[in-house]
Amino acid sequence: MILFWLIALPALGGVFALLAGRRSPEAARWISIAALAAGFALAIPYLGRATETGWLAEFSLPWIPRLGISFHLAMDGLSLLLVLLTYLLGILSVVVSWRSIDRRVGFFHFNMLWILTGTIGVFIATDLFLFFFFWELMVLPMFLVIGIWGHENRNYAAIKFFIFTQASGLLLLVAIVGLAFAHFHTTGVLTFHYDELLGAELTAVAQMWLMLGFFVAFAVKVPAFPFHTWLADAHSEAPTGGSVILAGVLLKTGGYGLIRFVVPLFPEASAAFAPYAMAMGVAGILYGAKLAFAQSDLKRLIAYTSISHMGFILLGVFSWNELALQGSVVQMICHGFSTGALFILAGCLYDRIHTRDLSRMGGFRDQAPRMAALGLFFAMASLGLPGLGNFIGEFLVLVGAFQASVPLTVLATLGVVAAAVYSLWIVQRVFHGTPHSSSRITDLNLREFGALAVLLIGLLWFGLYPKPLLDTADKPLRELRNHASERFERATELRRHGEAVFRIPDPGAQTHPVRRTDAPETHRHSAATIALP
Amino acid sequence: MYDLVWLLPALPFAGFLVLTLGGPRISRGACAWIACSTVGISTAIMLAFAVGFLIHPPAEHAHTLTLWRWIPLEAVGIPFSLRLDTLSQAMASVITGVGFLIHLYSTEYMKMDPDYNRFFAYLNLFVGFMLLLVLADNFVLLLVGWEGVGLCSYLLIGFWYRDPANGRAARKAFVVTRIGDAALLIGIFLIFAELGTLHIPEVLALAPERWELGSGVALAAALLILGGAVGKSAQLPLQTWLPDAMAGPTPVSALIHAATMVTAGVYLIARTHGLFELAPPAMQTVAVIGSVTLFTAACAALVQRDIKRVLAYSTISQIGYMFLALGVGAWAGALFHFMTHAWFKALLFLAAGAVINALHHEQDLFRMGGLRKKLPLVFWTFLIGAACLAALPLVTSGFYSKEKLLWDVWISPYGGPWFWAVAMAGAFVTALYSARLVALVFFGPARTQVSARPGGRVGFVLVILAIWSLIGGGIELPHTFAHVTVFSDFVAMTIPTLVELPPGLDAQLWTLLAVASVIVVAGATLGAWLYGAGAPAREALAARTGAVHRFLMNGWEFDRLYDTILVRPYVRLAEWNRADGVDKAVFLITGLTRAAHVAIQRTQHGQLRRYAAGVATGAVIILLIMLFQ
Repeated sequence: MILFWLIALPALGGVFALLAGRRSPEAARWISIAALAAGFALAIPYLGRATETGWLAEFSLPWIPRLGISFHLAMDGLSLLLVLLTYLLGILSVVVSWRSIDRRVGFFHFNMLWILTGTIGVFIATDLFLFFFFWELMVLPMFLVIGIWGHENRNYAAIKFFIFTQASGLLLLVAIVGLAFAHFHTTGVLTFHYDELLGAELTAVAQMWLMLGFFVAFAVKVPAFPFHTWLADAHSEAPTGGSVILAGVLLKTGGYGLIRFVVPLFPEASAAFAPYAMAMGVAGILYGAKLAFAQSDLKRLIAYTSISHMGFILLGVFSWNELALQGSVVQMICHGFSTGALFILAGCLYDRIHTRDLSRMGGFRDQAPRMAALGLFFAMASLGLPGLGNFIGEFLVLVGAFQASVPLTVLATLGVVAAAVYSLWIVQRVFHGTPHSSSRITDLNLREFGALAVLLIGLLWFGLYPKPLLDTADKPLRELRNHASERFERATELRRHGEAVFRIPDPGAQTHPVRRTDAPETHRHSAATIALP
Repeated sequence: MYDLVWLLPALPFAGFLVLTLGGPRISRGACAWIACSTVGISTAIMLAFAVGFLIHPPAEHAHTLTLWRWIPLEAVGIPFSLRLDTLSQAMASVITGVGFLIHLYSTEYMKMDPDYNRFFAYLNLFVGFMLLLVLADNFVLLLVGWEGVGLCSYLLIGFWYRDPANGRAARKAFVVTRIGDAALLIGIFLIFAELGTLHIPEVLALAPERWELGSGVALAAALLILGGAVGKSAQLPLQTWLPDAMAGPTPVSALIHAATMVTAGVYLIARTHGLFELAPPAMQTVAVIGSVTLFTAACAALVQRDIKRVLAYSTISQIGYMFLALGVGAWAGALFHFMTHAWFKALLFLAAGAVINALHHEQDLFRMGGLRKKLPLVFWTFLIGAACLAALPLVTSGFYSKEKLLWDVWISPYGGPWFWAVAMAGAFVTALYSARLVALVFFGPARTQVSARPGGRVGFVLVILAIWSLIGGGIELPHTFAHVTVFSDFVAMTIPTLVELPPGLDAQLWTLLAVASVIVVAGATLGAWLYGAGAPAREALAARTGAVHRFLMNGWEFDRLYDTILVRPYVRLAEWNRADGVDKAVFLITGLTRAAHVAIQRTQHGQLRRYAAGVATGAVIILLIMLFQ
């Protein structure tokens, strides 16, 4: 039941905020915070129980039984971490929107809370149809947040965001339905339930196509090179709160999807595809860092650093070992913190000087020493300074990835140099140098400072004592790996030894069943029918 | 008692926290007290440890304190733990001791600065990270200290942030060292992939079992670690950041860019000596890098006009000596020179700071002069420092450390006469530029008026460092002088000595000592003459070698080289693709859709004739297809 409330609280909070917002904007804000804080408080106790096996909590209601669809929620440590991240950043994004959002306040908070509802749903839905429902639920309110409360170029950015996510969502839907039907074909049971689909026997062709469907949908969200181009516009045009949610939480649904669905559901196909996915990750790390350095728009710069940081997650997931996976999870959380904080800082600056143009900034340290100190801290987090959380994430990803691919890891490690270049550039352009104009800016107020301090403490904590994070993610990651590792590793071995049992098929060729000892011969006949759902 | 080791880094960190959180609310006096006392107490604890180790060393000559489980995973368990052994003590005693003196010096030197508290906060933070670096017992914790000191270096080089040039120097320092750090990271990944542990003592124990002498993996690991060391210690080819780092306040140059942080590379190689011993080509590389660096940097120091840049190049050169020693396996020799260098180079920088302050922030050597009478204390202490730098025979600590180092180079199986000869050439140039410094600053006509005189604390620190620089060499003497090997015995508790002294070489040692002394004295005399009575001859020479002069002045033009092959291409690439080419490719899709839209739109023109023609053509085609099928 608690899982139900995790979703219902922000949804209801959004409705109430909308209603209350007509009378008093302040009420809408407080209602939003109360709803999110309540959800956060509900989820927190599960942290202590994360070492238990299986799901920490489950909730199920029949929905469309004829199609095997149910309203099924379940949460393990991995989901829990991301749910907590969502709530926390949700609260902070409401807090930092306090003054900067003054039009249609109720509706704004309605949208924000419904984005969060969708996100939390994505993290705890274990029915794939329901998952898709939540996946789509995130999109529309986000579209509105960008389109209504965004900066100058908001319409373009909102539509671009919408088209990218819709196109990828369509792929996801097709892949989900295809998977359910493929499972139906072999077992005669039509279900969308994650646990049951996990054991689905698929032909090589079907596996590869379905995997690609899921992969592309998640890769757009992550975003992975070359599907990243929506991100810079969406991030830079969204209002501060929207950017925080977008970078801090929404991107994580992509990484979550890769860990939860892509590899466990399609281990062999993922193993065959892993080198390409890892290469995409590395390309993102380097390309994002290079683009970030060239930007003159502060929010755009931060947006491109996200591409760079999220590349580590792709690299880590497709290395599929303990170190790299744990690293990916830590990286997801810490990227949410550090990039969220940078967007908050950019928002604070925008509130004061009404521009995001770096060439009109400089020398703010004189007037805003507190802001400068925090800016320095988060820039350091973003360049992966050891002792802060992001370093733990990047380091574990790279140590793990080194065992999967030496050349790609070496290239990815060069990313730390590029990260230093752009991070220090931010500090220089914004805070150092001589004050650019005579305009005075005020230092952070208590509300802004408090929001950033929470993130600062979090990053220090994860950097010096990441044990709670690692322990919480340990069990679910272990189970997912147990599920997929044997098949994943065997496929990797075969690929390494040049036995092309598995490759992206061309339609005319004979289909190759997965070479698996327990694969029944009877599956072969169905290959042609479900290869392309 | 040794369990108190956590206090060493914790105290300066606490000082940093208090000063940062307190900010401007803390008065200058309180700030100075907090900053100095934290480092001072650390120094006292460190001294107690060192005495304890000398009198009654703990089992296995090391004490490990695990503070908490840091990254506890199945594949790797990394604790947050500190290891106190004689190597970390040798480093830590210099860090705390010199660190404390420089804190004390700064309380007076920085007194006019509006950002007094921030300065001491950074300085405390630096000492904390530096201690963490040398006390870490695994590679990951070592990285925390390693990058932490890099951060402090960045912050303090760019301390006067209003000038963009300082910011540029600071970023350059950080980014260039980070290139080395990337290599070090890859080396750590490699070590973990091969040995399954990141605990340094375990790595050193496992490596000889798993890797054969001269194996490729050992070579790769050693070279990658060397990459990190080269970046941090400003050795070729990553030395370019250090001269620019002089943009920071002078105490910072003394502490970070002379005495402690830049020698972290020396420490790292000494710490991982077992890996280098397995890879003789890597040892050779270290020795070659060291010898090339020591000579090229000494030549560059010879022509600089800025007093701090002279000292910066001299630091690069002196660390080159340490690298040479490491490369021939003379661990104790390298560390001994690190120690004396920390004293006399800190002394030189601090004395130079006193000069600069006295002359209205004038740093140009050719606008100084005649300060011998006006600043006698600074003169005498600077003279002692310069004598140590030149390794003037018998009376200076620099002589003893450099002679030990050179003797090890001579007799080591990895070394030999060639390396010794390069080092001697470097020693000659070193003596030359040391004499030049003293001559230009303190002799000749006064070119700038003295506006301030150093106060009590500055004078006190200079005197203490000068005394140390004079007598500190006594802890280790050439064996033909007397049997004093306190320092090398101390180091050998942690790093077994590699260079065994063959018996019956007394005559050789006497000869080498004599040759070295003659060369140094000759260099110093030549320098004193060229920049004193022989000035006309010097100017004639300078006029004829203008191009060489410029070349050396610019540090062998490495900056221009890297600018051309790395920096500008990257910037140009970034600017060229500022708008993200992939985004443009995505627009191809929109473009195509639009084009198709326009094309199809054309067919809707409202002309009945053409519709009819279209229908007819279509009908004919369908009929034809049906007919021929």
